[in-house]
Amino acid sequence: MTDAEAHAEQAGMAHQFENLEQQQEADTLGIWLFLVTEIMFFGGLFASYAIYRWLYFAAFEGGSHILDIRLGAANTIVLLGSSLTMALSVRSAQTGNRRALILFLIATMILGGIFLGVKAYEYNEKFVEHVVPSLDWAPEGQTLARLAPGGLDHAQLYFFFYFAMTGLHAMHMIIGMGLLLWLVLRARKSSFTPHYFAPVEVVGLYWHFVDIVWIFLFPLLYLIGGRY
Amino acid sequence: MSTATLEPRVHAQRNYLNADYGWKSWLFTLDHKRIALLYMVSVTFFFIVGGSFAVLMRIHLIEPQGALVQPETYNKLFTLHGVVMIFFFLIPSIPAVLGNFLVPLMVGARDLAFPRLNLLSWYIYIVGGLFTLYSAIAGGVDTGWTFYTPYSSTYSNTQVTAVAIGVFITGFSSILTGLNFIVTIHKMRAPGLTWFRMPLFLWAMYATSIIMVLGTPVLAITIFLLALEHLFHVGIFSPALGGDPLLFQHLFWFYSHPAVYIMILPAMGVVSEIIACFSRKRIFGYKIVCFSSVAIAVLGFLVWGHHMFVTGQSVYAGLIFSMLSFLVAIPSAIKVFNWTSTLYKGSISYEAPMLYALGFIGLFTMGGLTGLFLASLATDVHLNGTYFIVAHFHYIMVGGAVMGYLGGIHFWWPKISGRKYPNGWAALAAGIIFIGFNLTFFPQFILGYLGMPRRYAFYPAEFQVLNVMSSAGATVLGVGYLIPLVYLMWSMRYGPIAEANPWGATGLEWKTASPPPTENFAEIPVVTEEAYAYSAEEAAGD
Amino acid sequence: MQGLPFQPEQASSIARSVDELYYFLTAVTLFFTALIFSIIFYFMIRYRRRSPDERPKAIEGSFPLEVLWTAIPTLIVALIFVWSSMLYFRNSEPPKGAMEIFVTGKQWMWKVEHPEGQREINELHVPLGRPVKLTMTSEDVIHDFFVPAFRVKKDVLPGRYTSLWFQATKVGTFHLFCAQYCGAFHAGMIGSIIVQQPDEYERWLAGGVPGESMEQAGAKVFQASGCPTCHLADGTGLGPSLLGVAGNPAKLTTGETVTADDAYMRESILLPKAKVVFGYTPIMPSFQGQMTEEQLNNVVAYLRALGKATPPAKAAAKEEGKQ
Repeated sequence: MTDAEAHAEQAGMAHQFENLEQQQEADTLGIWLFLVTEIMFFGGLFASYAIYRWLYFAAFEGGSHILDIRLGAANTIVLLGSSLTMALSVRSAQTGNRRALILFLIATMILGGIFLGVKAYEYNEKFVEHVVPSLDWAPEGQTLARLAPGGLDHAQLYFFFYFAMTGLHAMHMIIGMGLLLWLVLRARKSSFTPHYFAPVEVVGLYWHFVDIVWIFLFPLLYLIGGRY
Repeated sequence: MSTATLEPRVHAQRNYLNADYGWKSWLFTLDHKRIALLYMVSVTFFFIVGGSFAVLMRIHLIEPQGALVQPETYNKLFTLHGVVMIFFFLIPSIPAVLGNFLVPLMVGARDLAFPRLNLLSWYIYIVGGLFTLYSAIAGGVDTGWTFYTPYSSTYSNTQVTAVAIGVFITGFSSILTGLNFIVTIHKMRAPGLTWFRMPLFLWAMYATSIIMVLGTPVLAITIFLLALEHLFHVGIFSPALGGDPLLFQHLFWFYSHPAVYIMILPAMGVVSEIIACFSRKRIFGYKIVCFSSVAIAVLGFLVWGHHMFVTGQSVYAGLIFSMLSFLVAIPSAIKVFNWTSTLYKGSISYEAPMLYALGFIGLFTMGGLTGLFLASLATDVHLNGTYFIVAHFHYIMVGGAVMGYLGGIHFWWPKISGRKYPNGWAALAAGIIFIGFNLTFFPQFILGYLGMPRRYAFYPAEFQVLNVMSSAGATVLGVGYLIPLVYLMWSMRYGPIAEANPWGATGLEWKTASPPPTENFAEIPVVTEEAYAYSAEEAAGD
Repeated sequence: MQGLPFQPEQASSIARSVDELYYFLTAVTLFFTALIFSIIFYFMIRYRRRSPDERPKAIEGSFPLEVLWTAIPTLIVALIFVWSSMLYFRNSEPPKGAMEIFVTGKQWMWKVEHPEGQREINELHVPLGRPVKLTMTSEDVIHDFFVPAFRVKKDVLPGRYTSLWFQATKVGTFHLFCAQYCGAFHAGMIGSIIVQQPDEYERWLAGGVPGESMEQAGAKVFQASGCPTCHLADGTGLGPSLLGVAGNPAKLTTGETVTADDAYMRESILLPKAKVVFGYTPIMPSFQGQMTEEQLNNVVAYLRALGKATPPAKAAAKEEGKQ
């Protein structure tokens, strides 16, 4: 192959593109389009949530008060922090700082892991309190007192949305962790240069999107009705 | 230019078909053309599966009491006929077969933007298909392809979860295809190929992709929630548990109405290409046709409520959806008039692709006009849930989309396979399909107005004559569909070798060999002329 | 136009007007289909290729034509839309004084209850020439009440009421179909609407098994469920008096005013905390799961009767006092 072709191949350009710039633009447009599909996907869920919250506000409020707002808030900070480390890793790739890139990617993974760990703990708490729809639904004591006024059926609906929305979000985070690991492995092989780091950017955009979804989830699930 | 070979049946040129051999070179290919063929084989398979269910249904309906199967089985037949035909044949057909093959060629690129995502989309489609086949074999599904709750979530004890997983997974195939096309069309057009020099097939693929990308995720979340409800008996859509069955319908139709435009827009794109080529004229009102395609895609998202006029929703909601449903008909009407005007003072020839395209225009016009009966509130009250609806959508989807697909296959077959097929047989098959189709579905309009509801495993005796007519037509239609299978496969081995541009068509795909080399073009072309440069002045540049 | 083999009998007051719109739509469809077919056919022959290297002149388009064939279809669909919507609107509300009948759909049968207490399965007797309003609900999945001869149809949903009305204009027996797929015997969920001369209908009504009217049955359920304990007639109880409530505006604790229609009454029994009357506390228990659909319908019929009585003065005073 010619020098130009060898250079291109080494630079990580795929054969269907004419130049690296075209590939970069295509990758960026591609990930944005994918994020639009994710918005539509979560959007259907959010729309359903909105309708039922409007219909059964008391039940949703009662359910929301069962959640631990401190854990939710802590998780929000953790995730925002992970978006920071992700953005810093993109910057590191841009400046060709391989060591920093890997460290920030790992930091992002650690923060993501903390988030998932807290989430797992919260899910376990739901089992302890017996507020898991269909699988373990038998609220008692204080929990029951909080949920009864809004109607137990509709409270179950609230918790269904809690699990569906946070569960879908967590699944996206787990996939994100996998992508981060892949980036770390590629970075260790020096695949990225200041001219070619599109995969880092693409995963970065995905990670930021998952973060933004949580920014919506937190108030919608944890902050209904205020705390007095 | 190569000299005439002594062995005209042997391809001397290296092309994408003979570039590599062995199953691995096919199942792990990244070549969009090979992936298109993988899809072609799979959609044909599913068409046969879905078509077989239809044959069984029509045989069963010869007798008022049902001639063939128990009602529970009949219910499973129409459900799986719908699921398979819509999700595994109609939606992928033109985009995943013809679109995959042609989009890179038509934009003058070496492949789509994301070849690996393209291959992944096929595998996803196959996995979704396997789940659906499993659900069929493991007892079937009896909810109707519309999965209305609470029947599907709480009452049916058939394989709802399995088929829901199948449809859910396949949706991602659609999304990836659409995403690939949008990025390719935006970023990989050859030098000189401006938006308004693109062939209308590309505009159609673009508009379709917008719908695929925006609409399919909503289906995904709806099916996901349905599956959860079926598995865990939580009450999202079930009134017994505090949910709302109409919420399911809104979410479902928010995708499934635009989905019908996913099925028809590509066919319209094919028809534009064929009409232009076989009249040797630019499509009349080219730019208007471009805008109409986009208008259909946008308006298509605003009309879903017309599936719910009789659900007891507010009359005001009904009025708004009715008005928007009438509006979405207008761009389609504009296209029909533009296609017809293209024929004016053209130079028309009647090879098989043209017969399919002309048949499309006639049948789509009828099908589309019968949509007006359904957009109209007062008549929809009487017609909803009857055979009129069944006739209406089969006119569009079979008389329209399937004929568009077949026309496209026949038009681009020389390019795809490097061979020509016998036109006599092809024209005969097109004629048989046209006649069989009308015999099958026209009586259903009458049945519908008479009041025969759809999805009935047995019916009052007074409806028998029309049912028998419809079933007789279905036999003719079935024969018509089998014929192309035979001569197209025959042509792959015994058909005359096709030259690069057997139809004398414009478009970048015809400027490369038939079949094309793996890299599509020796050199990326530079576009200097407008689309459909058929006239003498424009062709002088050839 | 009667007796055309392609349409069902016209047996209701709206059938003819629906058919007229249908004929117009058919005419438009046939006209444009014929137009396109014949133009294509003509062009196909007139402009067939005469020599292999024929190259016609390019024609870009024609803006005036585009305007023409955009404007004309738009006008036609606008006409259809206005005509159809007006018809639909007019048909959406029953005339005053309509006979009220309850219908319950369940897999796979129709249960009908006349206010006088007469019950029918898969049959509905109605008198000729009187408007009939059906209040319908389902016990399980979504069904659909469809009478082709009357050109009426409405989905029947679990957990809520839907309604349709018709006025029969012909004596006879007409098909009733379920038109929303509902499971294995969806096709078997059919019945008959039997339209009789008014005097014959009265005789049918009286000749059945003597029983109590829906109102009487509802009163019994009302008593047995303990409702009078709180809903004292004089308005001094823990719950509001139910005299003069049904069909009239009711003010809620949220400040908004709603109409106490069938849906409201049904919801108040099953989800009492959803809408609480102004001046009262949300202490009413739910009767979800404790009343069958039939009992619910009977109670609603009873409440409708109470609605016609005058509300007690004391209740009004209590409301004033709490404002």
